[in-house]
Amino acid sequence: MKFIDEYRDGDAARKYARALKRITTRPWTLMEVCGGQTHAIVKFGVDELLPANVELVHGPGCPVCVTPLELIEKALEIAARPGVTFCSFGDMLRVPGRETDLLSVKARGGDVRIVYSPLDAVEIARQNPAREVVFFAVGFETTAPANAMAVFQAAQAELPNFSMLVSHVLVPPAMEAILSAEGGRVQAFLAAGHVCTIMGFTEYEPLAAKYKVPIVVTGFEPLDILQGVYMCVKQLEEGRAEVENQYSRAVKRDGNLPARQLVREVFEVVPRKWRGVGEIPSSGLGLRPHYRRFDAEYRFGVADQRTEEPTECMSGLIMQGRLKPHECPAFGTVCTPEHPLGATMVSNEGACAAYYRYRRVRLESPAARS
Amino acid sequence: MATVIPGASCPLPLTQHAHVLLGHGGGGQLTNQLIEQVFLPAFQNAALGERHDGARLRMGTAQVAFSTDSYVVRPLFFAGGDIGTLAVNGTVNDLAMCGARPQFLSCGFIIEEGLPMEVLQRVVQSMQSAAAAAGVVLVTGDTKVVDRGKGDGLYINTAGIGLIEQDAVVAPSSVRTGDVILLSGDVGRHGMAVMAAREGLEFESLIESDCAPVAAPVLDLIASGIPVHCLRDLTRGGLASALVEIAESSRLHLGIEDAAIAVREDVQGACEILGFDPLYVANEGRFIAFIPEDAVDAALRVLSGHDVSRDSVRIGRVTESPAGLVTLRSRIGATRIVDRLSGEQLPRIC
Repeated sequence: MKFIDEYRDGDAARKYARALKRITTRPWTLMEVCGGQTHAIVKFGVDELLPANVELVHGPGCPVCVTPLELIEKALEIAARPGVTFCSFGDMLRVPGRETDLLSVKARGGDVRIVYSPLDAVEIARQNPAREVVFFAVGFETTAPANAMAVFQAAQAELPNFSMLVSHVLVPPAMEAILSAEGGRVQAFLAAGHVCTIMGFTEYEPLAAKYKVPIVVTGFEPLDILQGVYMCVKQLEEGRAEVENQYSRAVKRDGNLPARQLVREVFEVVPRKWRGVGEIPSSGLGLRPHYRRFDAEYRFGVADQRTEEPTECMSGLIMQGRLKPHECPAFGTVCTPEHPLGATMVSNEGACAAYYRYRRVRLESPAARS
Repeated sequence: MATVIPGASCPLPLTQHAHVLLGHGGGGQLTNQLIEQVFLPAFQNAALGERHDGARLRMGTAQVAFSTDSYVVRPLFFAGGDIGTLAVNGTVNDLAMCGARPQFLSCGFIIEEGLPMEVLQRVVQSMQSAAAAAGVVLVTGDTKVVDRGKGDGLYINTAGIGLIEQDAVVAPSSVRTGDVILLSGDVGRHGMAVMAAREGLEFESLIESDCAPVAAPVLDLIASGIPVHCLRDLTRGGLASALVEIAESSRLHLGIEDAAIAVREDVQGACEILGFDPLYVANEGRFIAFIPEDAVDAALRVLSGHDVSRDSVRIGRVTESPAGLVTLRSRIGATRIVDRLSGEQLPRIC
């Protein structure tokens, strides 16, 4: 298949792995930011092709995983109210709050629906004027334009029964938090390709300069990731710290300008809590005052509702690359995808789920090393 | 396992579910939990304990296979089939997977008040055509009508009986080390066809369900004297779930090659968009067969003589360890576990 098969080719992958081995003279630690990349790495076994002294640690880029308990609790409360139709992307439904999850709210009679686009939720609102339709807007910069478009359309149509529970987060502030944390060991980043499709990569240039880290915008297929790693290691070995673009078939330096403009129109930068990490200043998006009437937190009076996060959740350490999933004592024993302790075990993109699904038993794969 | 990190704690886990979730019907881990914790303890007996697609029973001198399935597909009609063809082929295929010749079906209709008569006629018509094509007869049935709003238009249950004509037991317990795993064609079409119809997703080409009876090639294998050790159709939960179930019940290791498994380009594309793994997507006309190495070439010749299994290929092999696990060698050469899905596959965020 075009744009899939050629990026999963075994011979080409081994060729890249050999080239990487040739240029690597010292140990290096790289972080892939995006959860989609984490899953591809573990699913295809990309890390098994790397030289032993190049380590990949997994970053915070799983939108489900970083959504704070507080927002999940608000979602659960709103979704359980009569008269509310609560719309969400599928993978949020299994994330546990303190006592329950959205799937269970649905099983007890809540009108919880999986949609494929926030615009579907706007359409449901249009067709059901007697119901309050809420969309759970979770995600990084990648999903922000579609969510902005939903609010923009609802405003134009003056839909009184549509609102959005917003939990948008931004990648660069999270990377900065990881870089400035004490004991950090990340020496280079594979930046999330799809985020950069929207945002471009100019925001990473000051980070690369300030912290002297190479940042390579990287795609999601095995060969993309291998090439991204190669470009990072090459920079490290040569003592450079620049922003480079591996994913040039999808990413331009300035990103998608109309999409960015729409996001700016509807959202403003706000401080956000990250599950397991805590509050990071200027790390998320919230609706601008002009669009506040579409903010579900205000409409349902839950804006001031607070939920204490456990002081330091293990998943927070995992998302900051300070711990690998299998190093957690709960991994695979008391914490499994059926009974997740943290969101990293629930989500398709969560690092723990990836390790559990593909690696809970250590397997020999001699072929991969050759 | 690593040391405990001081000060680290996780959110409280959800304990057992107090209500039935949709995922309990998804064919994954939750379904398995339901079977093991609720159904098996209540109904335990030898035939049920085999946990095959149907029960193998001795009645007098005859050996029969007996199976049942309920069909709740939405929408009722989709590209390549409808609830009627599914209801017939699904049960026919379950019987075939026991190595049985499907013969008689029962049929229960649960109809929602207000269903257009024309819809019912169409479904019944396609059931009749499917039954004729599969060589089975619908011999008994039942009809119930529920209040408007209490059903999804139409639910159908079918049960079937088939005659087992050979002595060898076709079941997970017969799988042996060294067996080769054959797959009867490409995977993922039915699930994506229904998904596309249900959600109004439009792809460049029309993805048609693979819904079809597979009894003919299976019975041909047996009639040709090929020692078929085990068969399994790849319905709910897809190829991956079928393999995991057999690995677990046989306590053997099944190793498969990703590159050998065919997925049509449009199905692969649709799965990529939604974040689905085609190995877990449902099929209605595909099966896997466990055959000893020395009979593989003959088996492939037989299978390639039937339209429904024309593209059969070998996808892997059975070895001793790691016992109870399925592993897959990825296209870039690394090996990983293939696991049972936790609940249903849910479309991802980005």
